Amino acid sequence: MFICVIGISLLRNLFAGAILLSVYSLLAACLFIIMDAVDVAFTEAAVGAGISTILVLATILYTGQECQRHIKIKWAPLVLSLAVGGLLIYGTMDIPAYGKKDNPIHQYKVTKNYLEKSQKETGAPNIVTVILASKRGYDTLGEVVVVFCAGIGVLLLLGGFKRKSKNKLNTTNETDNEEVPS
Amino acid sequence: MKHHIILRIVSKILIPIIMLFALYVQFHGDFGPGGGFQAGVIFASALILHVLVFGLENTQKVIKSTTLQIFAALGVLIFAGVGVVTMLLGGEFLNYNYLAKSAVSGQHLGILIIELGVGITVASVILLIFYHFAGLKADD
Repeated sequence: MFICVIGISLLRNLFAGAILLSVYSLLAACLFIIMDAVDVAFTEAAVGAGISTILVLATILYTGQECQRHIKIKWAPLVLSLAVGGLLIYGTMDIPAYGKKDNPIHQYKVTKNYLEKSQKETGAPNIVTVILASKRGYDTLGEVVVVFCAGIGVLLLLGGFKRKSKNKLNTTNETDNEEVPS
Repeated sequence: MKHHIILRIVSKILIPIIMLFALYVQFHGDFGPGGGFQAGVIFASALILHVLVFGLENTQKVIKSTTLQIFAALGVLIFAGVGVVTMLLGGEFLNYNYLAKSAVSGQHLGILIIELGVGITVASVILLIFYHFAGLKADD
């Protein structure tokens, strides 16, 4: 995964970068499976490795494969981002070790309650689904509304509503001169 | 892609299987891994494969963009509607216990219905986004 990230930041070919991004998502999905978080891995593989790669590739069709080569290193943002990254890594030191028996999450009342009662209360063995859909129904409703709003936003940005015929007239003059790389 | 016979035939075989798998993930989400979000994405990806192989116009003959807009809203409506129905039946908003005679079957029914709403919204929104990304080129 580290190799993927370094590769993405060094590569100047956007197509290769997109594929590496997909590989990164797939590796992340494998990592989630190793950690027994099957639902999250499922989502990561479907959305991260699948759909978002296709969307990035569709965007590359319009922007062209190569990005501009000469990028000057600006020191202030670099130092700032390194500092923030360092702080975040320093913050992870406080996270309890993975999979230990006496971690706070295993001793919390709610965890025990979910694990023991959720199947009896709903008849569904997949506790993740029970928590997502039933116990945290409000959150999921919010998520669905967010997805819906994202769709509306994309439609508005790309002119998906009925103004499409007008857009056609406007864009024909501008895009005739540009080459569309295939 | 009119000349790629292998791609066309293989994807013709694959698309129904992908859709079937999406439905399995959708309705089996309370027993195995999966649920509305994943199922929606997988269902949309079957149709995206159709767009990639057969072209945008042919896919838009199957599902129009305006239909997708209605479906995207319908999913949210189903989800929120379940909440309103539970309120009408005497419970709190999104308290599925009141949907059926026993609390357990009510919970089960509620989870199935709201997952269906999630799936419909996610699938149609992703497909909508892809339609408009793919449609950019058609406008040139």
